[in-house]
Amino acid sequence: MLCKKIMVFAGILLSSLPWVAQAQNQVNMSPGVTEIGAEIYDLHMLIMIICVIIGLLVFGVMFYSIIYHRKSRGVVPSQFHESTKVEIAWTAVPFFILVAMAVPATSTLLEVYDNDEAELDILITGYQWKWRYEYLDAAGEPVAFFSNLATSQEEIYNTESKGENYLLEVDEPLVIPVDTKVRFLITANDVIHSWWVPEISVKRDAIPGFINEAWSKVTEEGIYRGQCTELCGAYHGFMPVVVHAVSREEFDGWMAAKRAEQASDLAAASVEMSLEALMSEGEAVYNGQCMACHGASGEGGVGKAIAGSSIALGDVNTHMDVSIRGVSGTAMQAFGTQLSDIEMAAVITYQRNAFGNNTGDIVQPADVASYKQG
Amino acid sequence: MGAHHHGPARGITRWLFTTNHKDIGTMYLWFSFAMFILGGAFAMIIRAELFQPGMQLVEPGFFNQMTTLHGLVMVFGAIMPSFVGLANWLIPMMIGAPDMALPRMNNWSFWILPPGFLMLASTLFMEGGAPAFGWTFYAPLSTTYAAPSVTFFIFAIHVLGMSSIMGSINIIATVMNMRAPGMSYMKLPLFVWTWLITAFLLVAVMPVLAGAVTMMLMDIHFGTSFFSAAGGGDPVLFQHIFWFFGHPEVYIIILPAFGVVSQIIPAFSRKPLFGYASMVYATASIAFLSFIVWAHHMYTVGMPVAGELYFMYATMLIAVPTGVKVFNWISTMWRGALSFETPMLFSIGFLVLFTIGGFTGLMLSIAPADFQYHDTYFVVAHFHYVMVAGAVFSMTAAVYFWLPKWTGRMYNETMGKVHFWISFVGFNITFFPQHFVGLAGMPRRVPDYALQFADFNMMSSIGAFVYGASQILFLYNVIATIVAGEKVSDEKVWDGAEGLEWTVPTPAPYHTFEVPPKVGAAPAHG
Ligand code: HEC
Ligand code: HEM
Ligand SMILES: [Cu+2]
Ligand SMILES: [Cu+2]
Repeated sequence: MLCKKIMVFAGILLSSLPWVAQAQNQVNMSPGVTEIGAEIYDLHMLIMIICVIIGLLVFGVMFYSIIYHRKSRGVVPSQFHESTKVEIAWTAVPFFILVAMAVPATSTLLEVYDNDEAELDILITGYQWKWRYEYLDAAGEPVAFFSNLATSQEEIYNTESKGENYLLEVDEPLVIPVDTKVRFLITANDVIHSWWVPEISVKRDAIPGFINEAWSKVTEEGIYRGQCTELCGAYHGFMPVVVHAVSREEFDGWMAAKRAEQASDLAAASVEMSLEALMSEGEAVYNGQCMACHGASGEGGVGKAIAGSSIALGDVNTHMDVSIRGVSGTAMQAFGTQLSDIEMAAVITYQRNAFGNNTGDIVQPADVASYKQG
Repeated sequence: MGAHHHGPARGITRWLFTTNHKDIGTMYLWFSFAMFILGGAFAMIIRAELFQPGMQLVEPGFFNQMTTLHGLVMVFGAIMPSFVGLANWLIPMMIGAPDMALPRMNNWSFWILPPGFLMLASTLFMEGGAPAFGWTFYAPLSTTYAAPSVTFFIFAIHVLGMSSIMGSINIIATVMNMRAPGMSYMKLPLFVWTWLITAFLLVAVMPVLAGAVTMMLMDIHFGTSFFSAAGGGDPVLFQHIFWFFGHPEVYIIILPAFGVVSQIIPAFSRKPLFGYASMVYATASIAFLSFIVWAHHMYTVGMPVAGELYFMYATMLIAVPTGVKVFNWISTMWRGALSFETPMLFSIGFLVLFTIGGFTGLMLSIAPADFQYHDTYFVVAHFHYVMVAGAVFSMTAAVYFWLPKWTGRMYNETMGKVHFWISFVGFNITFFPQHFVGLAGMPRRVPDYALQFADFNMMSSIGAFVYGASQILFLYNVIATIVAGEKVSDEKVWDGAEGLEWTVPTPAPYHTFEVPPKVGAAPAHG
């Protein structure tokens, strides 16, 4: 009776195997593209295999008993109930196995913690719900930018088909050079996040008010994807990490281009813009940065409603203040450091003229710049 | 029986004012089953949303409310009260006492629970929604950034904590003072031992939890900055305090389950429990170790390497006493005369699946590897193997095992076995693939996921619906037994069962052991 059931169960398990074996269904940890990653992978496999062997032994004994020591076979139960020798053995042997596991675990851990002699420092800051990257070592103006989810709402809400890198794509990835010890200084602006890229073997919590360190030395060029792994509010599932590991030359070229781009942005901010230009730019910024909290038609959500808001309809300076400095102690962040002056001017103009807020007010980049100066 | 033999009062007052340990036990058990269904309903919503990639049924914010309430309701509403209910029913009967030591407090510790959970559930209808910060409620997500309902959550935790502390004090007082003559400590059935140790854990750590939520309350309403770096506080402090409660808490959940299977496996092996003394010592050492390993939940917060190493070594050590227990259970079965009634099936299911959960626990304890496992579905798989296949399976086994003694009626064995096999298969289809997606990189607590995780998530959801549905069979079987099950009158319902509870008539009368029994030289635990 029981045997038959076990067979049926085994049949079910076996029939699900081809499914498991499909290529896109990864079932194990990836060794990744760093030396440490390979070591962690080996450690993981070692412990897992030890567990599997012990498990097979233990369950083997148990199933032997289940099959041969059944009452229905008419066996007479033995009455033994202790044996000091055996009990000492199965306390001591596991202890030594654990010591054997602890040795490689300790050495790998010490390597993970060896943060010295980094060649490049990158400050990573977690925001609800995006990452900010700042290259600290570069001479001159530091290069800094935000990295937002690039997957569209249509894909998420199933009105468009999902792309290959659904939820694992960003507008601007972090770029790092290969064969370079990169040190990540990780912190957060609001709640705790955690920065994780499985293939480069870094997972470290981003904690407001504290700076954590981690490092990685990527050996292969490529695109590596990860996600935030600490619950950080409603859109925790929507703040991916994408790292491009490129050659040293490519990295230097990218860095130079990035710096030039930042300079030209600065110059553009002094130009006067039309209402149409501001509105179309503003809509893009709003949908990318504000919609998650303020709603697709300004109806509010995590944040307050913008449609009919007394701030969006009232004094421009208050509106700028809230948007640039944020409202401390709430999810409303200080967007002044996150958006360029053009973007900020555009989104404020947009909020004052969209969703039925027909104030007709125009805020120029120069207004934002002078407001920031105080 | 005693001279003034009297039965229960009539009507609703019987339940409101009762001080009878059996009535209170029954109420705890039904209440926890109701919470199990409620928490299960939340889980079904979670699994339905995760059935396919993309957002289909709920919004991300509501999804987080569901995961949070699911965790809180299952831990504090389903598992913990169910074992308190079991303790109420069984401890007096196992140690030969007429009732619990503090019967009025017993009434109160039950009756503050329903309002506590009502308060928690009511947050769903408040502005801003229910708590959405996970059952571990890390600050500052649970303080500065929480919905206003967090205040009600804090008071709910206080109420549940008070209930647990009172329940534990009662159990400690009962076991220490009310044992029948001759029932020395080393004769206590293992279920009583594990509960005694659990009760000490509860008394020690529930106040710590109360401290944590009180500090949150101060941060939210009274301008303190315990957990806010901006005011000189420390968000990581919250995690230390939480896990100083939280790790012992997981043993609070599992130790009584150890006790249950230590009663059931010998009964259906028709052989005494192997290594009784070492079981007691192993339980005590697990309890001790559980106080000094909390930061293994925090390997990625950026502790100094020395701290990391210490918590890793200490955590690994827990595998030793845990292993001893598993070896003892298997040796108990060895050369016994086994039969496989439903309680035994659930106990063997427990043994196999809990051991798997223990193995993944050992893997998680390896700090450098945990950097990859932490906060992924691998952890979700681990703790469901220990909490569902561990605690819930053993609780289910306990209900089938003692139900005939409680009601004087036998459950339907075939239906019980069907329940077991559906649960066992459903559970594994749900949680085994979660190891794979976790290792492949899927974070936990996300309402949506990348396409490469789709197949296993669908499998997981299907398994969850199967496991969920099988609980209806369980409910049906229990009710059918109570109403119309085949009558049993043997004192010893199971031929292999040992212990004082099997010496009282079946069904157990309203009052038992008004005259204490004499416990002879033979160990009462069999
Ligand atoms: C993480 C969520 C979040 C995001 C993203 C967000 N806000 Fe807000 N916002 C809030 C919250 C919460 C409030 C309410 C603060 C309070 O309690 O006063 C708010 C309030 C406001 C207000 C004042 C509304 C009123 O009537 O009080 C303005 C204006 C505003 N936000 C602008 C923006 C702009 C512009 C953006 C995008 C660049 C943005 N917000 C993005 C959460 C957010
Ligand atoms: C051999 C024994 C065990 C060991 C070594 C162990 C180890 C661990 C470790 C290291 C973690 C942290 C993983 C992470 O977040 O990265 C963890 C998580 C967890 N364990 Fe265990 N564990 C064991 C047994 C148990 C038992 C018996 C239970 C409960 C009945 C349990 C419940 C949990 C829970 C609930 C979590 C997740 C907490 C959360 O983050 O929500 N564990 N375990
Ligand atoms: Cu997050
Ligand atoms: Cu723990």
